[in-house]
Amino acid sequence: MTSLPTPTPGARKLGLVIDLDTCVGCHACATNCKEWNTSGHMAPLPDHQPYSAAQEGVWFNRVHAYEAGDGDEGRTVHFPRSCMHCETPACVTVCPTGASYKRAEDGIVLVNTDMCIGCQLCAWACPYGARELDEDQGVMKKCTLCVDRIYNETIPEDRRVPACVSTCPANARHFGDLGDPNSDVSKLVAERGGYELMPEMGYQPVNRYLPPRKASSQVKTAPKEAGPLPSQITNPLLRWMDKVLSR
Amino acid sequence: MKPAPSIIFFTVASGAGYGLLFWLGVLKPLGILPASSMFSATAAIIALALITAGLCSSLLHLGRPERAWRALSQWRSSWLSREGVAAVLTFLPATVFLIALAHGENALMVPSGLLSALGAAVTVYCTGMIYASLKPIKEWHHPMVAPGYLLFASFSGVSLLAMLAIFWGGGFFPALVAAALGLAALMFKRAYWASVDATPAGSTRESATGLGFIGKVRPLESPHTEANYLLREMAFRVGRVHAAKLRSIALLLGFALPALMFCLAIILGGGAAMVLGLLGAASAIAGLLVERWLIFAEATHTVALYYPTQR
Repeated sequence: MTSLPTPTPGARKLGLVIDLDTCVGCHACATNCKEWNTSGHMAPLPDHQPYSAAQEGVWFNRVHAYEAGDGDEGRTVHFPRSCMHCETPACVTVCPTGASYKRAEDGIVLVNTDMCIGCQLCAWACPYGARELDEDQGVMKKCTLCVDRIYNETIPEDRRVPACVSTCPANARHFGDLGDPNSDVSKLVAERGGYELMPEMGYQPVNRYLPPRKASSQVKTAPKEAGPLPSQITNPLLRWMDKVLSR
Repeated sequence: MKPAPSIIFFTVASGAGYGLLFWLGVLKPLGILPASSMFSATAAIIALALITAGLCSSLLHLGRPERAWRALSQWRSSWLSREGVAAVLTFLPATVFLIALAHGENALMVPSGLLSALGAAVTVYCTGMIYASLKPIKEWHHPMVAPGYLLFASFSGVSLLAMLAIFWGGGFFPALVAAALGLAALMFKRAYWASVDATPAGSTRESATGLGFIGKVRPLESPHTEANYLLREMAFRVGRVHAAKLRSIALLLGFALPALMFCLAIILGGGAAMVLGLLGAASAIAGLLVERWLIFAEATHTVALYYPTQR
């Protein structure tokens, strides 16, 4: 059923919070996502010509990099992009078959690949590029928010988070219930001024991005010239002088 | 957006077929068309053949065509599903209409003709709304898109009807309508392009990344070195290099030339009218194929904002 579930107050809205201040652009989230999901709920994530030129494949998470601003205010920002699990996702409502659906219990947007006809209208309807065609199976694939990890009782409780979150070495990815104002992620968003992407589209994305912090006021003095290392001074007298004066 | 040949053929062929069915259903009961049941049956068969060929072509765009029947289920929310339902339902009165025309059953012809016309209009409107409902594509999410599909289908349909009616010696009225709709379509398309060109994109790199508060946002590195589905499907920009020329070709071939030829056909009559009618209808279809290609090629999707500008 591609009509959206009726929103209920206090309903869970599981999603990601991505910290653009600490993301280092290492692509570990994208890699671990691919690794987990190629044998997960929406498996496989195919690759085409993986060992030759023009290799490509389906990924649920892609890490861009941008330059924003100029001069001292300018920043390089690493920018992971994946499904926003929107509250009003047009990818679901445009689906003619009922293969796309939004779960009422936690807001996760999923595709039933047994029903998908591969018309790709959902990919056209998504402003964020979250949906990709699996050209081997002829069906659409998308981020599952690791629905097969977060409820998985066979893995330790503290690891029941999406693969991208569990692997991030910079702790730039956070997972939780954004429908609960008292959750850790909601507090983080409130504290850091987290925002949604393309609010003008009206899709009400659940995921939030934490803005890069303002660069600390830089000390404008010239850097001190580094002296030679003691081992580089061959003259014993000069080496002794350097040692005394360095105290 | 990448022009998909299967969809371009589908919307042009089925559009012309539904247009022809619409005009046949409306004009036949009024007694304006040639009385020959051979004429009516030929026109109805051509309409249904075009519709069917187009619908079959649309299946080629699917990753899993054998599951196409599932697309009839979500008419509550999906315009694509509504289009499918409307297309299937229209076959019912259209089949009755065809039989009534072939046998000259006047009592059956009027209601089945009008129902067919209604079904044709609803189906084409749903097609237009599939595109008009997509917010990420500003060229499609525009109030003139769905009316445009209706107008162009109606124009190409009446062009085919005029061509056939001229062969059967009664083409005055449909040729007049074709010439008038050709001119209307010409002005409509020009107004649409003027409006789209003047509308600034609602989303920018700044709103797509939310980094506008720092300053102008420039892509530095792509997430991947090679192409991917998103780039091939939604960042297609080849068409825009030649857009100005192709727009002129579409207007000339699609609307101006057919309008002129149908005017001349009315004036000259006889054998010359038959040739002009044939050329007019062919030109309209050819021009609409260019117009439909441009609808895709000129459409910009917000996903492209995340990537460096493609060529």
